[in-house]
Amino acid sequence: MSEGKAKGKLAVYWAASCGGCDISTLGIDTKILDVAEHFDIVMWPCAADGKVHDIEKMADGEIDVCLFNGGIRTSEQEYMAQLLRKKSKVLVAFGSCASEGCIPGLGNLNDKASCFKTVYHDSPSLDNPNGVEPQPVTEVPEGKLHLPVYYDTLKTLGQTVKVDYMLPGCPPESDRIWDAIVAILENKLPEPGSVIGSNTTVCDECPRKREEKKIKKFYRTWEIEVDPDRCLLEQGLLCAGIATRAGCGALCPQVNSPCIGCYGPNNGVEDHGMQLLSAVASVIDSEDPDEIDAIIKEGIPDPVGSFYRFSLAQSNLRRKNKAGV
Amino acid sequence: MSNENFEPKIVGFMCNWCSYRAADLAGSARIKYPPNVRIIRVMCSGRMDPAFVTKALSLGADGVMLAGCHPGECHYIDQNYKAMRRYHLLKHMLAALGVEDERVRLFWRSAAEGEQLAEAITEFVADIKKLGPLHWPDNWEESDERLEALEAIVKEHEEVMEVNS
Repeated sequence: MSEGKAKGKLAVYWAASCGGCDISTLGIDTKILDVAEHFDIVMWPCAADGKVHDIEKMADGEIDVCLFNGGIRTSEQEYMAQLLRKKSKVLVAFGSCASEGCIPGLGNLNDKASCFKTVYHDSPSLDNPNGVEPQPVTEVPEGKLHLPVYYDTLKTLGQTVKVDYMLPGCPPESDRIWDAIVAILENKLPEPGSVIGSNTTVCDECPRKREEKKIKKFYRTWEIEVDPDRCLLEQGLLCAGIATRAGCGALCPQVNSPCIGCYGPNNGVEDHGMQLLSAVASVIDSEDPDEIDAIIKEGIPDPVGSFYRFSLAQSNLRRKNKAGV
Repeated sequence: MSNENFEPKIVGFMCNWCSYRAADLAGSARIKYPPNVRIIRVMCSGRMDPAFVTKALSLGADGVMLAGCHPGECHYIDQNYKAMRRYHLLKHMLAALGVEDERVRLFWRSAAEGEQLAEAITEFVADIKKLGPLHWPDNWEESDERLEALEAIVKEHEEVMEVNS
């Protein structure tokens, strides 16, 4: 790492996300001081100060690196994505939400009207006798007040602005974040447009024994006692490890919990859910269409949640048919 | 939604050894069928990635037709059984995403079944015509509120900057 060089500028921002990415970034522990040694942190809503109008006053490309976590759900988030894109030399889609929509992207099974209906009208814990909903514009004597407009469809950062790199994971493991920061500092980033991470699957990091995959029945984790040494998919648990990028160290399968696919697809895969679906379907142990159908319907009651838990917004179809919401 | 002048765009994935040859046979036997299906030859129905189907729909196809050798007659022994399993799981997924059942269908047609393939295409096209267009990318459009809101943010921030400076 270079010494005595002028400090770079770093921005960290969050949009439609849970904050877990920021926690994981802070999980690099005291190394955060090394980051502060090399970068002025010009904005980080979770951990530091920094105002939007200060960013607006900057010259284009003045920020060296922006780590942007979260998907784009509102007009304010879209504005911030555009602003930070303009002001940053390198924009990183940080974590699953920014890269592929993640859990907020499952909101794409609904639209604005149905989300608002649940949140502001139907929720059992609600006290809203006048049925008030947030309005994008409210007239008051002093002028107009604005609230961000809520979109029907959550978009990924890459569907909103041009993204230079993606860092996968929900959240990215702290060690992988540090690896990425070191790559940035040592100027050893891969080709623009690529994912900062390994290109192999969770199975390669998983110590379980693999034999032959033939599935007669899918189980949920609570339905069977798991053999701690054998491949989870072979035991009938829907494990996404076969189609998911490595980087986590196979944390979940090592504690008898199937991989849920948070590290997204490997290089070259356009649609993570379809890749996983294709792999899982091919190991169903039946040649009878009715039996295949029964195994699927009984074992996988929620196909979107099972295959697209993290990547619905980034999939080919991106959302549920609005006509069917 | 149905429209008499509506000509659906349909993508057909057909296997090299049976269904694509059935289409050839239908052609050389001059059997008539509607021209709506754009046929793409794949080596085997087992090669048909479910992502091909969702990609076709997302790019504006109104329906996707899959066709391969009869079960038990696959050139690659049993790969069409994989196609069958993927098809069933894909249909389960598409139903959850609000794609009508009729829009994606799998047929088994041997190289000798030119007439049967033409019948399947005729029937499939008629079903899609009845359903009407899909226009999947329309699903991604936001209301005009979006652009208005973005402009309002820019304007508001400019005003604040003027006051500050």
